[in-house]
Amino acid sequence: MLDYVKLLILGLVAVCAAIAANYARDVAYLVHALLIMGAAAITFVVVLRRTGEAKLPAPANEYMDGPVKAAAIATAFWGVVGFLAGVYIAFQLAFPVLNFDWAQGYLNFGRLRPLHTSAVIFAFGGNALLAASFYIVQRTSAARLWGGNLAWFVFWGYQLFIAMAATGYLLGSTQGQEYAEPEWLTDLWLTIVWVAFLLLYVGTLLKRKEPHIYVANWFLLSFIVTVAMLHVVNNLQIPVSLFGSASVTVMSGVQNAMTQWWYGHNAVGFFLTAGFLGMMYYFIPKQAERPVYSYKLSIIHFWALIFLYIWAGPHHLHYTALPDWASTLGMVFSIVLWMPSWGGMINGLMTLSGAWDKLRTDPVLRMMVTSVAFYGMSTFEGPMMSIRAVNSLSHYTDWTIGHVHSGALGWNGMITFGMLYYLFPKLWGRASLYSVRAVSWHYWLATIGIVLYAASMWVTGIMEGLMWREVDAQGFLVNSFADTVAAKFPMYVVRGLGGVMFLGGALIMCWNLWMTVTKGAVRKDAPIAAPAE
Amino acid sequence: MEDTYTVLQVIARSWGAMFMLLVFLGVILFTLRPGSRKVHRDTANIPFRYDDRPMSDDDAPAQSRQFKEARQ
Repeated sequence: MLDYVKLLILGLVAVCAAIAANYARDVAYLVHALLIMGAAAITFVVVLRRTGEAKLPAPANEYMDGPVKAAAIATAFWGVVGFLAGVYIAFQLAFPVLNFDWAQGYLNFGRLRPLHTSAVIFAFGGNALLAASFYIVQRTSAARLWGGNLAWFVFWGYQLFIAMAATGYLLGSTQGQEYAEPEWLTDLWLTIVWVAFLLLYVGTLLKRKEPHIYVANWFLLSFIVTVAMLHVVNNLQIPVSLFGSASVTVMSGVQNAMTQWWYGHNAVGFFLTAGFLGMMYYFIPKQAERPVYSYKLSIIHFWALIFLYIWAGPHHLHYTALPDWASTLGMVFSIVLWMPSWGGMINGLMTLSGAWDKLRTDPVLRMMVTSVAFYGMSTFEGPMMSIRAVNSLSHYTDWTIGHVHSGALGWNGMITFGMLYYLFPKLWGRASLYSVRAVSWHYWLATIGIVLYAASMWVTGIMEGLMWREVDAQGFLVNSFADTVAAKFPMYVVRGLGGVMFLGGALIMCWNLWMTVTKGAVRKDAPIAAPAE
Repeated sequence: MEDTYTVLQVIARSWGAMFMLLVFLGVILFTLRPGSRKVHRDTANIPFRYDDRPMSDDDAPAQSRQFKEARQ
């Protein structure tokens, strides 16, 4: 019976999307309607083929690892796509000729830049968080995922969101808010998927068999809840037409700016920090085979982040129409955040106390530890840059870009690579990774790549900031904007090369993971073939 | 009658801020309470149990304690 209801809904969605495509007022909306129609049609066929078949009860004595595998593969795939886009736009900045005339309006820097940021944050990072959430919540609850195939809905629904967002950027559909570029239709779809994700997560926690909720789940749950709140409030938009992608924001002026950076900074704080800390608190103890250094500290880390992060957003709006008291508040809270961040970093690093020798032999653990070190470095740099005096030099310069990438490549990237290296042999029942040497290669390529990236951006950012404010004896500005652009060229090339190294490392990882699954030795005690009891 | 903004911001910066501060301090004190160490040590070892399959009804709750603790 339920299958017939599903078929009915899917059929209606497909037909409505087809009608919407017919009336579409712009190309982005047309493509989105066709994507929705295609997704509904494919799902219709999948459900149709299963209709009337006897339903096997979900094996309660097995974890549901299918969606984890899918999300892990998607993480590696979107990682390469996002890094490639990043490398390309880095070289576009160094060599503007790469903004080809024939691709104007589709593949120029302005269109590709949001594609890059969203691909790495939401596609690469988001899928990594899906994989981590699905995996960790099951293992630490000792229970199978709640809600049957809901996890598959969340996974595929999220991929549809990514496809809609990416095509929208290339076709110029944007609401112009950083990291919240997708227009209303894409936003609504993500909201539905996210609510399903929340239900799935809470449902699994509620049927847990362990009496306590392990701290990684606190971080992951706070990430899911907060992102839901941020996404809904920052995307309060009124569509101009039901058949067009353009919309008008409900808040305007400085309120809109404040809401945007409340969203923007907490996207960093909860998507890229809290969620990934959930990963850290599970995968580092697993890889080091030791429990977390101080469980008490991890709880304090959690609550301090929750209470502090949400106030830090106004530091993005120094010297704007935002009242001074608000940006001072943001600055103070950013500086206070130093403490929990470093508490968390120390907790992650000290988990290795007594097992430091493993760093010599285990490049996966080395990757995770390096990521925690980058977490510490970027959470030192960030508060420093939020101080108004420092910000007056650093804002609008490449220093900001360097800071973001030391966090994103170093912290988010490295912990995700570590997780993938842990998960692939585990999920596919392999004894070990295909090549540990290849992991070392990946590690060094990525690390040197990040160092090149961050160092060149420090140099170019500070140089740029100093050049912009340089005045002569009469008080006239010494440099034109074009002078700073010309002066930045060597650093832009170095940054691009750093990106190439990081991308190269990721490609080595993909090859290694592929070989692990196809050629790796099967783990002797692998549970995959366990008979149902 | 003051406007809504003034009313809300006066509440937020006095009682609201105090409430948040007290809850935060309360959470930290509760975490550091005497006797929490045993609970925390047990909880910290959750990742080392049930790695391959969920807890089934056959597993007596006490059985979970037999798993080798990772430390020592």
